[in-house]
Amino acid sequence: MTQVIEIASWVLILLGSFFTIVGAVGLVRMPDVFTRMHAASVTDTLGIGFLFLGLCLQAGIGLVTLKLVFLLALFFFTGPVVTHALAQACLHEGLKPMLAEDRRNARPEASDDGRQP
Amino acid sequence: MRHIAVAAILFFFWLALSGHYTPFLLTAGVLSAALCVLAMIRARVADAEAAPLELLWAAVTYFPWLIREIVKSAWSVTKIILHPNLPISPTMTVVHASQKTSPGVATYANSITLTPGTITVGVSGKELIIHALVTEGAVDLEEGGMDRRVSRFEGAK
Repeated sequence: MTQVIEIASWVLILLGSFFTIVGAVGLVRMPDVFTRMHAASVTDTLGIGFLFLGLCLQAGIGLVTLKLVFLLALFFFTGPVVTHALAQACLHEGLKPMLAEDRRNARPEASDDGRQP
Repeated sequence: MRHIAVAAILFFFWLALSGHYTPFLLTAGVLSAALCVLAMIRARVADAEAAPLELLWAAVTYFPWLIREIVKSAWSVTKIILHPNLPISPTMTVVHASQKTSPGVATYANSITLTPGTITVGVSGKELIIHALVTEGAVDLEEGGMDRRVSRFEGAK
């Protein structure tokens, strides 16, 4: 039984590491800041999620696992706020995202028309 | 009622983090939970917007759904990243949030950001400005499946 849990936990930890690396690779390959944020969100969600699941299995049922769950919840609630703040700051500074298609035309835009750098 | 519930949740959170159950520390925990709620009342943030307890029960079914969406879209972004040609088509669009309360709109905007491949970059009223990694992601959001799911989550009391 412990053997099974041990193996499952290491599979999860390795999966988490894989998605963390994928996020890092994406961060390097993507062309601009907005698309890079998309790559980083793979690390934020699947990478961290699988790593934490694996760590929970390592810790067993107890307070440590509960704290890990709290940490995961913290990541899930603060991650989007940070991403949103970063995107807003970039738009505010007048950074124009590279776009293949702009579907905003029908509606009025918000604070997106920043100064040209 | 909401104040007592918030205090109780804070106390159990404190208890789980400390892991010590001596009378002195338990009293200290009760006192700090009560102090926190008093501070919240004084700062006028102890309302439905800061502590949306009504949503706790709906969250039990909403989160598994959201996690499934996150896994699906994270996997498609992973495939894009590892694809040799990097087939991206960055798109910006505006979607309407049909939720009635601000926690509802915040949940929708955060859910969009949390699913890899789409980011909420701006909010004006109930119009969310979205940046999507591929055009299909933007079109999916325009069709409003997630919007309806979040509205159902908000309405389920």
